[in-house]
Amino acid sequence: MSNRHSLAGHPLYQLIRIRFLEFWREPEAVFWLLFFPVLLAGGLGVAFRNHSPDVIKIAIVEAGASSQNIANAVAKNPGLSAIVCDQQTAEHALAAGKIAMIVIPQDSGAILYRFDATNPDGRSARALTDDTIQRSAGRADPVHAGDQPITEVGSRYIDFLVPGLLGTNIMGNGIWGVCFPIIDSRRKKLLKRMVASPMSRTQFLASFLLSRLIFLVFDISIIVGFGNLAFGVPVRGSLLAIVFICVVSALCFSSIGLLISARFSTIEAASGMANAVMMPMWILSGVFFSARRFPDLIQPILHALPLTAAVDALRAVILEGATLATLRGELAILTAWLLACFVLAVKLFRWR
Amino acid sequence: MNPASAPLALQLRQLRKVYGQLVAVDSIDLEVFAGECFGLLGPNGAGKTTTIEICEGLLEPDSGSVELLGRNWRTQAQELRELLGIQLQETTFSEKLTVTETLALFRSFYDRSMEVPELLASVQLEEKRDTRIGKLSGGQRQRLALACALVGNPQLLFLDEPTTGLDPQARRQLWDLINQLKSSGRTILLTTHYMDEAEKLCDRVAIMDHGKVIALDTPRQLIASLGVEHLLEYATSGAALDVDALKQLQGVRAVSTVGSVTQLQVAELHRTLPALLEKLAERGIPLTELRTHSATLEDVFVSLTGRHLRDE
Repeated sequence: MSNRHSLAGHPLYQLIRIRFLEFWREPEAVFWLLFFPVLLAGGLGVAFRNHSPDVIKIAIVEAGASSQNIANAVAKNPGLSAIVCDQQTAEHALAAGKIAMIVIPQDSGAILYRFDATNPDGRSARALTDDTIQRSAGRADPVHAGDQPITEVGSRYIDFLVPGLLGTNIMGNGIWGVCFPIIDSRRKKLLKRMVASPMSRTQFLASFLLSRLIFLVFDISIIVGFGNLAFGVPVRGSLLAIVFICVVSALCFSSIGLLISARFSTIEAASGMANAVMMPMWILSGVFFSARRFPDLIQPILHALPLTAAVDALRAVILEGATLATLRGELAILTAWLLACFVLAVKLFRWR
Repeated sequence: MNPASAPLALQLRQLRKVYGQLVAVDSIDLEVFAGECFGLLGPNGAGKTTTIEICEGLLEPDSGSVELLGRNWRTQAQELRELLGIQLQETTFSEKLTVTETLALFRSFYDRSMEVPELLASVQLEEKRDTRIGKLSGGQRQRLALACALVGNPQLLFLDEPTTGLDPQARRQLWDLINQLKSSGRTILLTTHYMDEAEKLCDRVAIMDHGKVIALDTPRQLIASLGVEHLLEYATSGAALDVDALKQLQGVRAVSTVGSVTQLQVAELHRTLPALLEKLAERGIPLTELRTHSATLEDVFVSLTGRHLRDE
């Protein structure tokens, strides 16, 4: 007869185990969990990588030796690239945006710069070219100035993106990872069959939240690890704080998932609802661009969204090394959503 | 078995369930004795599933009482769930899991449960222990559902349409298994719309129609209540024999016509059939169809309702 006292015979263990078995035996699900976030982060990281400083192109109008002198002088500045051509060709190139400025040597030995002053490249070209020509002609600078070029790690787009992707991933997996199996087992009448047995309903619901926490290990290590190894995204806060925020977020989104799946019995209805819940947060919660771009009027609403709280907290810890104590507000928002959705889900849940 | 002396395993009193305008279960009383196999027979929509799901604690009746193994759902629900074995009409188990994994899951819900090998043996699925459910045939899936119902080693077993949709061979195999469960002393309540299934498996049968029990007895008694042993059906082309002429044939109890087919309820087929053929030959009427069968529960249903079980 029974061996319920062993771990393998415990219903919670068995319920969590089948979540894993069902997941691993679904290759598409594994792909979306493991590889999709890496592809997304990789793609966006490459697309928005920081460029080396641009070389500004200019044209020098052909006018004998003086043109060549100017060209030689300009060639010493690696930030500039010059062609020598007739004025008509130069004008065409300027109009087409292929060059930023035309340098026209005057008979008097003076130089005329033709550029669009409203174009930042034009103004840069004017400053750089003039500087180079004047120094080459023997100008002495009264104050010596040195350059020290740097790239600030932690302020690039990929740095901004990685915590956002982590938050989105926890949201997507939390909501889908709960909705799909529940709706599916309700549709198949498996839920009804399980409820007809002495199974504890609390343990059934808890198995979804707990299995999400285990999957979370993959979410965190893949996204943060990939960001760090491939793009050098810094991890400035404590790993423990990151894990804690992720756990609270995962529980929060799983209970939103429970609420969404409380009553529907078709995947179509539930996925419509899940998209209606997630889509606004993808846009409004500052995943891909800062939520501060939205009008001040709606800022309080944005801050109350669970994804905003999760992403803000993750960015603060990962990029700024913030501690949990400074993130009480975000954690409170996540906990409030967690409790409200869970209580409502248990109240509304349709077990047939 | 002597039902009258056995204790009650299940007792329904004035059970009623209404969905909007539809009275699904109309104040029925039923008693099932310990150790018997009791069948609810009726067409789809007769209220069989609603009745059995109320017994299983999955639906609440609008009024009336249910007592199972001396307990009730209001105060002893958890205890009852441990004691009952339930097979629902349509459960799709997770296709990605194997037979053993599914049984291990259901075992974990019970305080006392049968071991997996024992369960596999009791439904003859030993060879499929590590097969994913997606790869099982319909009959094998039904046997798995039966194994899941047996996990808690229940004394009272509910089987809702256990062989619906199965091929004849798979049905026969399931009947054998259910007969084995009967002989192990379990009480079984099953629903079916197959009259042969009810005849083969059930000690007693309640025939249900429109939410009511319209007849209740052993299959043999129900059939005997028709007062006929055989039914003879024939069709002719052209002229027909009139009903009075037919009634005068030896052994004919009743005559009815459905479309072009004439049906005779017959006590002694071996006397009636030659007489009928002789009469037809005499009048020169050619026979286009002729069949006979022993009276069944189907005929009982037809004589009670004027409809066939499968008429839905």
